[in-house]
Amino acid sequence: MHAEFIAAHRFGFSETSLATIQADPRGWVHAQFRQPAVLDNRGLAGSAEALQLSRRVVAAALTQNAQAALGAMTAKPATSGAMADEPATSGWPAQASALQPARRALRQANGRALQRRWQHTITTPTPVYERWVMFWANHFSVAATKGSTLGLVAPFEREAIRPHATAPFATLLRAATLHPAMLLYLDNTQSIGPGSPAGLRRARGLNENLARELLELHTLGVSGGYTQADIVEAARLLTGWTVARDGDTGGTANAGRFNPAFHEPGAKRVLGTTYREGPEAADALFADLARHPATARFVATKLARHFVSDTPPPALVDAVASRFSATDGDLLAVADALFSHDLAWQSANPAKFKRPEELLLSAHRVLKLPMGQPERSVLALTAMGQAVGRAPSPAGWPDRTEDWLAPDALWKRVEWAGRFAAEHAGMADARQLASLSLGRDLGDDTRQQIERADSGAQALALLLASPEFQRR
Amino acid sequence: MKTPVLLRRAWLARAAAGGAGLAALSLGGARFAWAASPPAATHRGRLVVVMLRGALDGLAAVPAIGDPNWASLRPQAAADDARVGAPLALEGLFALHPALPTLHAWYGEGRLLVAHAVASPYRERSHFDAQQLLESGGNRPFEFDTGWLGRGLAQAHGRGVALGSALPLALRGADGASSWAPERKAGVDGDLMHRVARLYAQDAQFAAVFAKARDQQQGSMGDMTNGMASEMAGDGNPGGFVTLAQAAGRMLAADDGPSLAWLDTTGWDTHTQQAARLSRGLAQLDTGLAALRSALGARWASTSVLVMTEFGRSAAMNGSSGTDHGTAGVAFLAGGAVAGGRVLTDWPGLARAQLQDGRDLRPTLDLRALLKPALQRHFGLDSAVIDTQVLPGAPRGLDGLWRA
Repeated sequence: MHAEFIAAHRFGFSETSLATIQADPRGWVHAQFRQPAVLDNRGLAGSAEALQLSRRVVAAALTQNAQAALGAMTAKPATSGAMADEPATSGWPAQASALQPARRALRQANGRALQRRWQHTITTPTPVYERWVMFWANHFSVAATKGSTLGLVAPFEREAIRPHATAPFATLLRAATLHPAMLLYLDNTQSIGPGSPAGLRRARGLNENLARELLELHTLGVSGGYTQADIVEAARLLTGWTVARDGDTGGTANAGRFNPAFHEPGAKRVLGTTYREGPEAADALFADLARHPATARFVATKLARHFVSDTPPPALVDAVASRFSATDGDLLAVADALFSHDLAWQSANPAKFKRPEELLLSAHRVLKLPMGQPERSVLALTAMGQAVGRAPSPAGWPDRTEDWLAPDALWKRVEWAGRFAAEHAGMADARQLASLSLGRDLGDDTRQQIERADSGAQALALLLASPEFQRR
Repeated sequence: MKTPVLLRRAWLARAAAGGAGLAALSLGGARFAWAASPPAATHRGRLVVVMLRGALDGLAAVPAIGDPNWASLRPQAAADDARVGAPLALEGLFALHPALPTLHAWYGEGRLLVAHAVASPYRERSHFDAQQLLESGGNRPFEFDTGWLGRGLAQAHGRGVALGSALPLALRGADGASSWAPERKAGVDGDLMHRVARLYAQDAQFAAVFAKARDQQQGSMGDMTNGMASEMAGDGNPGGFVTLAQAAGRMLAADDGPSLAWLDTTGWDTHTQQAARLSRGLAQLDTGLAALRSALGARWASTSVLVMTEFGRSAAMNGSSGTDHGTAGVAFLAGGAVAGGRVLTDWPGLARAQLQDGRDLRPTLDLRALLKPALQRHFGLDSAVIDTQVLPGAPRGLDGLWRA
């Protein structure tokens, strides 16, 4: 693989032409971090609004269920039911007919946000930076898999991840962990200090979910040297960080709210360090986790695996981890360490297999094809195994070839390529596009198969299905 | 691991030479056609493995209502009974969750074996490591990058299918392992697929994976499964568990069907709202297993269904009406020949001193003691091969899991 191909396809979202990159591939990558293009947020629902939309859907669904159960009597505020996943102390007014409009409003808000991000990805002059942002959104994965988070995936990425993607890691860690989407997704809103006023009154208690994933998935990694006792202590420390029921974040924009009534009293001891009672403990813990050598290694390994190879060269991981440690997790410096290293540009590295979303967006990008209504693309990606916004677990989407390259999945990709090309064959001459976009890395076999195609659509389908385009 | 495509071709040629040609039958109005049968020796009844990702709470699925510490450990269980129904009694201390009426009926028929306080060798509490270990079949996470079922299939020269688009780790490592998910719509461009196959001839990895997909679409499974999703009663959800379980049953029912089907389910990570979520999830599992049996038809008599999960959950409820990650849990073995109607357990007890780390059900049975005999029975592997190639380091397999 040549450097311009690595820059455009492996690090970015593919390019129509490699001509301008070829002169200075490394410079092309580095410049993107100095001046990343900004996503236009205007008119998109923020997390407070999205939370209200999500809750309206949950409330309407509960009311409808309750009414069905009660035989269409006037519904009382529901306190439990199919989609409830928050402590339900007070209900909502009866809105039996409100379900469809509420769902529509939420779907529209989600669709607008997705279309905006995808269109940004397709057109941005800084695609490598965009990939960097998406890496962190997946590292701190949240999913629309429970009622309260239905509308929060996109706001989370825009509010917690994107503004901090080149900040010190501790800043990003705080923003992600305390964002309402994460607090809800990993149940911290339901974790109540057993000795707190609320815990004593309501006989509720700890929920370890967020504390465990904070250590296992977001910072130290599973082999990072923590114990079950550390998990419990971290869970106690994080009690009180919750989300206001009306979506009001209490003055701390886009962050969760600290409610002292839920906070476990007393000091906590995590990984040998003692933290005092109160909201400041979370910041101190984030700072300590960000400085922990296990975090540097875990993050460096994930970065190198995502951007370079399923089995990254150990020397590259070492270099990125050292820079992480030396700069206190300065993510701009970490990006520099990764993209400046010769091992990241080695052509001998086994290529990565694009995830379905990367594949679809790179097809749009090379064809300069705008993202229309996103629904069909969402369906196509679901068929290929990536239901956008609904990552299967808190670990996010997997990152190795064997997680994605399977018979049914490959078949669905080729079917998609056929349909996509049939619709958009008029956009480009596939023979020309293949040589411009893949450049010196277009293989002779692929070139021949494209040239021998019996139609423009078939030629484009073969280009999109080719190993050169499916890999990065 | 590279998949040697030549082996697959050789196998097809051998199968064709074996003489049966195309076996076709009609079932419920649908046409089924399978390529010729492989040697009968590799088929000793089918195996279905159902993976419950997220860690099923074994104490909710199979509550130990007769344990003296049960009521104090799960004081809210009585309230749940009032809402979702009382547990269905089993022998001794145990009962089944009320959302599992099919399994309870199977238990009554003597066709369901419940293993309790069971666990893989994993003793930490990460989903991801635990699933890696459960699927890879090693002694610790990431010891192997192929799956125990994949290695078993490879040794047996058998075929297995995962219902879903991706190939789960458990089935990796076998040329005969593939994945299948329902089509959203038909309309495959045959010429394009032919050209793509030529395009991929240059790339060993793509070529092997695509060849399997084509075999499935064109050959054995394709004829049966084309259009199946729309025609199946299922749960009306093309990717839903009930639909997939039914599809698996129909694939396995065919004379030349695969010897293994793998079904994935998610949603078991019940940190909150456990009662409501498990009622739904277990009901779907129960309905899906009923659909599987019904689709298997006569083949149910020789099929075994293993249901497993990566670990159990905390013995006590957490502070938000859920449970956190734990250690031992339950597994189910069902099927027409299973020596069921019993709960297989060396019950560790629920007193605090009896719990693992003072918080989880203590494991007293290694899950691999069930996996080994299943491999012997259904893949025809001898124990030396299993011990060296498939599940090295596993304890001795249990005897007497089947009636004959």
